[in-house]
Amino acid sequence: MDDTLTHVSAGRKLKDLTAKVLVGAAFGLAVIPLVSVLWMVVKNGLARFDLDFFTHSMRNIGPFDAHGGAYHAILGTLQQVALAALISIPIALLTAIYLVEYGEGGRLARSISFFVDVMTGIPSIVAGLFILAFWVLGLGMSFSGFAGALALSILMMPVVVRSAEEMLRLVPNELREASLALGVPKWRTIVKIVLPTAFTGIVTGVMLAVARVAGETAPLMLTVFFTDSINNSAFSGAQMGLPLFVFDQAGKPNPTAIDRAWTGALTLILIVMLLNLGARLIAWWRRPATSR
Amino acid sequence: MTTSQTETLDHGPAGGDLPEGKDASRTGRIGDRVFRLASSGSGVLLLAIMAAIAVFLVIQALPALRANTAPFLTEKIWNPNAVPPRFGIAALAFGTVVSSLIALVIATPVAVAVALFISHYAPRRLAATLGYVVDLLAAVPSVVYGLWGAVFLVPLIMDPASWLNRNLAFLPIFNGQPVSSGKSIFTASVVLAIMILPIIAAISREVFLQVPKANEEAALALGATRWEMVRMAVLPFGRPGVISASMLGLGRALGETIAVALIVSASFEIDWNVMMPGGNSIAANIANTFQEAGATGRGALIASGLVLFVITLVVNMAARAVIARRKEYARAGA
Amino acid sequence: MAKRIEISGLDAFYGRTRAIADISMAVEPRQVTAFIGPSGCGKSTLLRTLNRMHELTPGGTVEGKVMLDGTDLYGAQVDPVAVRRTIGMVFQRPNPFPTMSIYDNVAAGLRLLGRTRRSQLDDVVERSLTGANLWNEVKDRLDKPGAGLSGGQQQRLCIARAIAVQPQVLLMDEPCSALDPISTLAIEDLIATLKESYTIVIVTHNMQQAARVSDVTAFFTITDAGEPGRLVEMDDTNKIFTNPSEKGTEDYITGRFG
Repeated sequence: MDDTLTHVSAGRKLKDLTAKVLVGAAFGLAVIPLVSVLWMVVKNGLARFDLDFFTHSMRNIGPFDAHGGAYHAILGTLQQVALAALISIPIALLTAIYLVEYGEGGRLARSISFFVDVMTGIPSIVAGLFILAFWVLGLGMSFSGFAGALALSILMMPVVVRSAEEMLRLVPNELREASLALGVPKWRTIVKIVLPTAFTGIVTGVMLAVARVAGETAPLMLTVFFTDSINNSAFSGAQMGLPLFVFDQAGKPNPTAIDRAWTGALTLILIVMLLNLGARLIAWWRRPATSR
Repeated sequence: MTTSQTETLDHGPAGGDLPEGKDASRTGRIGDRVFRLASSGSGVLLLAIMAAIAVFLVIQALPALRANTAPFLTEKIWNPNAVPPRFGIAALAFGTVVSSLIALVIATPVAVAVALFISHYAPRRLAATLGYVVDLLAAVPSVVYGLWGAVFLVPLIMDPASWLNRNLAFLPIFNGQPVSSGKSIFTASVVLAIMILPIIAAISREVFLQVPKANEEAALALGATRWEMVRMAVLPFGRPGVISASMLGLGRALGETIAVALIVSASFEIDWNVMMPGGNSIAANIANTFQEAGATGRGALIASGLVLFVITLVVNMAARAVIARRKEYARAGA
Repeated sequence: MAKRIEISGLDAFYGRTRAIADISMAVEPRQVTAFIGPSGCGKSTLLRTLNRMHELTPGGTVEGKVMLDGTDLYGAQVDPVAVRRTIGMVFQRPNPFPTMSIYDNVAAGLRLLGRTRRSQLDDVVERSLTGANLWNEVKDRLDKPGAGLSGGQQQRLCIARAIAVQPQVLLMDEPCSALDPISTLAIEDLIATLKESYTIVIVTHNMQQAARVSDVTAFFTITDAGEPGRLVEMDDTNKIFTNPSEKGTEDYITGRFG
């Protein structure tokens, strides 16, 4: 039998097999920390995953006391993230609309596009420092949940611009042209036709952006400061945030604080994962609709 | 698509303005102007924010820098709240760059392999799910990684770190000594590597999936094994994408705050022995010392943040430049 | 070098869909065999079963036998990687490796086989490019990227790359469909030369091309969408185009169908 059809040198086969094994192993290696993190968080977080945790703050809890909760931090996070979304979504969406519908590759559009990319790379702590320098030290405002929301929106805006831009570009040009050809003004074409077509995609992008900033710690510590008490107003005085709570408790030496840190982490992961999952579900649910 | 087109077109005129003639076209024109102004205004606002970040960081950093009695760029000690204030960025910048580079060295090969696994090795049906699993790694908040690193990894890493330190002592970053605590730059690097891995993997995977099928088939039809096909067609095509992905990952690692702050034991030394307890970074130092900082202290921290801003800006812009070049190249090739 | 291919009872599938059914035919060495037929008749699929490229498509499977001078390509001992090295392929669109120079493109297959001595490579690169009628056009810029050539030159570069490893069969999947008429003519001339040393199978949409370049023509068709493609008849090209035995073939080549 002719061996040209059967023979591939052992060295080549071995390399091929080695590559296959290594590539699979790398994936396994990458999943280990994910599994480990999730396992630790669930295992250690359940200890304090109780009613106390969700209904109490850390006020009057001594350094070695058990009990205490993250109610003040959860409340703060919800307010800060909601405010950040409220500030950044309109600006980001309008910017994306400008880039896709009005910019036409002009100099302004290109520089905006460039700086949106640059902004995506800003370390979150620098966003916090900026609000500290501008809002707190520059304008003399106090540390507050709102200041935190400002810092978070700096991080959120470029992410939303990018994803919304991508979604708007997916809207087929024929739709715009057909509407414009009927004499519908451009802004109504955008509002009535382009935005609804891209809507679910934009919502997905926004939810992923919210999930991202909800877990941010660094910008908060420089802008909302720390407090152990409940502060219902995001506009006056120091507030707490859930990521900040985790960081704060994790830095304390006593085991009861570490327990609270784990439960805070579990809560935070649940919030972030739910947002992520929701975003994926919307994206998945939308897919059959477009192909229909 | 045709049905949705006719639908929307039917709604347009019925929606109101059109049949009213001249008035309608006037409100249309005014509406257009307002809308255009609002959207371009938002874009300009973004540019203004970027400029404001640079300007305000400089303004608030200057008084502290003027009061500083040490050369800011070369001083290692961080003592801005003392009288007179003495502080410098050298040790912090060193820790930032070294920890991020080690993270990059650990993460890049694994991330590229993970990307290849998803794009070219895993069964097609599983690929999307596996990609989602990797994305989940990116969704975990950094404070959770920090907590995990501080509680779980710091004690766990001592034995492997001691082993590496003994057996790789010929490298300048290892000194042959057993490790007395895991609160080191190396541990921070491992956690940073885990955090940037999904970023590098996700972008690399995208690039690998864009490799023209024709190039892959050309290699296979020549009698290449799968690995040889990857080396002939996939990796050369994906190289610029992988480079820029790693640089974006590097940018992320440089700016990471909380995970590093929870792990390192905050020293102000330039110590090449990354396995030894100690280490620090610009961002971690801000997180650790902000609460106790006075006026000069805050200014000093802002000055350090400005340095971090500039470093990450340079890295990110370089990464974007690589991507842009690749786009041109791809267009020329097509 | 050239070898004979004998196909018997061959079916090819995409998942559960049968793309071609019960193909039996022989492809003779040192001849050009053309596969013609309407879109979707499975002629490209059949071509890709001959060098085991079909199974690389997700869900692609094959049943039946393809004998190359007595060895079944789908036999248990046979390695598909070795099959593809032995049976060269040229694709519809020219696909030189975009990151490689002209020289490296031609040398790519040899390097896989571990032949890396520069002088030896130089010889083979020159011989292959000459064989592909490209040497005179590119000999002064061998280190330039292959992607910088014109479409027709790129396709000849791909042919040079395929013949550099001295295959026993050369499969061509509509090699001229992306080219202008002058480049097409150059490739057709090249095919006429190459058949002196290789077994050549060419899939083409263009019946004039089949008539011009091939010695034997096989006509495939499908009866209905969703049905597998089948071989209708195979004969001397002259006979197929002047006096086919089957009515279906006549309808197709006279343009009444397809």
